[in-house]
Amino acid sequence: MPVLHVRGVSKSFGAIQALGHVDLTLDRGEAIGLMGDNGAGKSTLMKIIAGNFPPTEGAILIDDEEVRFTRPVEAREKGIEIVYQDLALCDNLSAAANVFLGREIKKRFGPIRWLDHRSMYRRSGELFAELKSETRPRDLVRQMSGGQRQAVAIARTRLSDPKIVLMDEPTAAISVRQVKEVLDLIHRLKETDHAVILVSHRMPDVFEVCDRVAVLRRGSKVADKPIGDTSPEEVTGLITGAIERA
Amino acid sequence: MSTETQSEHARIDDTIAARREMTWLQSLTRTQPFWIFIAILILGVIMSQVSGVFLSERNIYNIARNFAFFGIMALGMTAVICTAGIDLSVGSLMGLTGIVVGLVMQAGNSLLFGFFAGMGVALLVGLTNGVLIAYFRMAPFVVTLGMLAIARSLAMVISDNRMVHRFGPDQELYLWIGGGSMLGVPNPVWVLIVLTAVFWWAFNYSTWGRWVFAVGGNVQAARLAGIPVERVIVSVYVVNSLCAGLAAFMMVGWFGSVTNALGMAYELNVIAAAVIGGANLMGGVAFALGGPIGALLMELIRNSLLLAGIGALWQQFFVGLFLILAVFLEQIRNRGRT
Ligand SMILES: Nc1ncnc2c1ncn2[C@@H]1O[C@H](COP(=O)(O)OP(=O)(O)OP(=O)(O)O)[C@@H](O)[C@H]1O
Ligand SMILES: [Mg+2]
Repeated sequence: MPVLHVRGVSKSFGAIQALGHVDLTLDRGEAIGLMGDNGAGKSTLMKIIAGNFPPTEGAILIDDEEVRFTRPVEAREKGIEIVYQDLALCDNLSAAANVFLGREIKKRFGPIRWLDHRSMYRRSGELFAELKSETRPRDLVRQMSGGQRQAVAIARTRLSDPKIVLMDEPTAAISVRQVKEVLDLIHRLKETDHAVILVSHRMPDVFEVCDRVAVLRRGSKVADKPIGDTSPEEVTGLITGAIERA
Repeated sequence: MSTETQSEHARIDDTIAARREMTWLQSLTRTQPFWIFIAILILGVIMSQVSGVFLSERNIYNIARNFAFFGIMALGMTAVICTAGIDLSVGSLMGLTGIVVGLVMQAGNSLLFGFFAGMGVALLVGLTNGVLIAYFRMAPFVVTLGMLAIARSLAMVISDNRMVHRFGPDQELYLWIGGGSMLGVPNPVWVLIVLTAVFWWAFNYSTWGRWVFAVGGNVQAARLAGIPVERVIVSVYVVNSLCAGLAAFMMVGWFGSVTNALGMAYELNVIAAAVIGGANLMGGVAFALGGPIGALLMELIRNSLLLAGIGALWQQFFVGLFLILAVFLEQIRNRGRT
């Protein structure tokens, strides 16, 4: 039984059809690389799964149960975590505040509850260390480098124990060393039976950690193959349209 | 390894550590309220030289009481501005709240009843502003500009353009609450002190405060993180209205009378106080201490002009000057940072 089943999903924004009848399944412990040209619809598909907006047509099934998210929190409650392509961070808050945004750790005394800054700093410090990132929990996101921001966005997905982790170009702005940490993280997620969708333009990353690769072209899925049955050359051809379908 | 290279390494480690953690003093000097506070001290030193009256107990008492009302309102305004909003209706709301409290008490009702009637009206106005802005996505400027006109007009209608100066059975108590003092400190200042502490705590230690800053920083990200953005926005307008209502309640008690012109044009001073205190109109940056400190600076300017024999007509000129200067300084400091 797949943990995620995308069934005949279409999405239109007014006259623009971003996705047309896309099917996709994902098993536990599996990572799938989702590739495609700019504007192919990758982010749109991720956002539909993460509950940002509903599909125009089709359905999303989690553990064979159809879900209809109206808000991203509902997806999170069903065990879906996402790293957005634009990262979705608050520049004016600290790294730790961003990691815990919407799920702050609180202390309580009787009816009074207040933010437990110390725990949040400590926990996010641990998460950054795990990602081998130089990010400091107290720093404002405004002052951070692209890679540090990415670490904050990725750390957000580590707060809960999700079933599915969606990563929309998580390695776009980071150094070779940190790319390795993100890929290691994906390996660890797989070993612990999590399912991952990795959107990336970086062929080597996809071929290193993913079990399957799916290619979107102008909103349609044109390929979905085990990594062993394809090659970077074929995938490139599928992305550009030099190869029609595989 | 030689001791020399060892000490060299230690030195490098120290510099790195020093660069990482700012001392509390350093982080303090990066905030706007700190510099405004310095300006207040400088102005105070100058005035104590220029005028013998400045440091007199009477004068300090007056300054404290006068700025307290604006300080109370600036606290609420700071929360609104932090969400990248604005509330132009607070001055008119003061008029409406003041008239409602006055009429209710004049009719022979208790102080408590008058208080809750006034705060009820403030709540309603804040709720209306907030719902229109958050759920109907209307521009804060337009909604509260409309409310500015509506609230003032309502105050005129229900007061029938007459002054209220009798407050029923609890008149004595009411005049003491607004005009009296405890331990030598005017009551409005006590209210300001308590409210400032509450706002400081809320901004730094409550989830509400965290969410207010998040909404001001990046609404989209806040929404994606599951923060109830609409409710947060409604809450800041309600809180702000309650602050204005409370300020009106205290002020009427101090004056001992109320007309529907109470609070006329105050919105400009309140916004100025919040902005001088470091609240950024783009949202996401605000300080609980900023509002009261900004209000204090403005009152100090007024007082200084008076004592220096310069006409009060110049007050708005200097308030305006400081407002522009404050924003200008913030720009410069930001440029150095990014
Ligand atoms: N909110 C929206 N409103 C209107 N059109 C949209 C919206 N989001 C995406 N689109 C359109 O849908 C199409 C697919 O966009 P999407 O962001 O999914 O592409 P992508 O594959 O993620 O591209 P990239 O590699 O550049 O990130 C594009 O034509 C885009 O303009
Ligand atoms: Mg994208």
